[in-house]
Amino acid sequence: MIYLQIFWSFFQIGLFSIGGGYAALPLIEHQVLEIHKWLTLGEFADLLTISQMTPGPIALNASTFVGTKVAGLLGAVIATVGCVTPSCIIVITLAYFYFKYKNLSTIQGILKGLRPAVVSLIASAGLSILLLAVFKTEGVTLTTMKLSDINFISIAMVAAGVVVLRKFKMDPIKVMIAAGIVGIFIYGI
Amino acid sequence: MKKDMKFYWKLFSSTFSLSAFTIGGGYVIVPLMRKKFVEELNWIEEEEMLNLVAISQSAPGPIAVNTSIMVGYRLAGVLGSFVSILGTVLPPLITITVVAQFYAAFKENKIVNALLLGMRAGVAAVIIDVIIKMAKDIVKSKNKVSIMIMTVTFLAAVVFDINAALIIILSGAFGAFYYQMLKKGGDQQ
Repeated sequence: MIYLQIFWSFFQIGLFSIGGGYAALPLIEHQVLEIHKWLTLGEFADLLTISQMTPGPIALNASTFVGTKVAGLLGAVIATVGCVTPSCIIVITLAYFYFKYKNLSTIQGILKGLRPAVVSLIASAGLSILLLAVFKTEGVTLTTMKLSDINFISIAMVAAGVVVLRKFKMDPIKVMIAAGIVGIFIYGI
Repeated sequence: MKKDMKFYWKLFSSTFSLSAFTIGGGYVIVPLMRKKFVEELNWIEEEEMLNLVAISQSAPGPIAVNTSIMVGYRLAGVLGSFVSILGTVLPPLITITVVAQFYAAFKENKIVNALLLGMRAGVAAVIIDVIIKMAKDIVKSKNKVSIMIMTVTFLAAVVFDINAALIIILSGAFGAFYYQMLKKGGDQQ
């Protein structure tokens, strides 16, 4: 029963990828390449490239990519459902207890400690996205960056984007679409 | 807030459009969600939003999916979380199904690449805008402990590359311990 296998594989990927995004990669590799041989190594590399270029978490992208290939559209849907089922169960349970007990002082203390940490985690992820946007080479970090690799057009675009967002309160989705269109004119033509 | 069809449609279309534009995975969607639900729609308060993200963070599974479930649950219970999860999984399901068919052409297309390069700059701008606002709120609260947690966790994530799950657990434990001690100290006086 291929559909059941797909569901179960992606259920495990969803269940064990703690810490989001790239934590899921080794799990996907294990399930899809080693256990089931649903993809070749080359196809797996393609999957990573596509995930970088398309919206959505990598685990969901992998679900659709593998599901479609192995068992068509229904396979894609089943893989996606499998991948989010653990989240649904666990997060809804957590949500239930959070809204029930959120006024307890211990819970308040935990949350008070967590909030600033969440801001930093978002900031740290934001920093890697900023580096990705302003450097020509992929995978640049603070220690490996070189001045000659800086993409000044991109810096100007980021700066302009921040200004329209902060000064004119422009809708963020419009800012992203506008940046994409500017990109076509600058890099594409 | 009335829980009518209009509300559910708004919830669905909001999560759908957020998911459709979050290129680059997980954390990108969090600041965007905050902007949408806290600033634009005024459905959730700032502090509560950070609580929801913190809880989503500590559960397994893609962070974008978990945060959607949490936000949906906060707004309209289990039904709300199913509506928002549907909005979140559909864009990657649709895009990958289409892209997987035309992958070779897609990868080589100059216009597509230029569009994505431009959009990266737009995404970076949106994230910077949100991070500035969130960090400002923490600093403005003049809570020295919060500012300290934010600084230490930022360094831990960026400089020392410490796992996000570990940062979350430690900050939560610290918060529970510190604010509990503070409360006991207060009671004695």
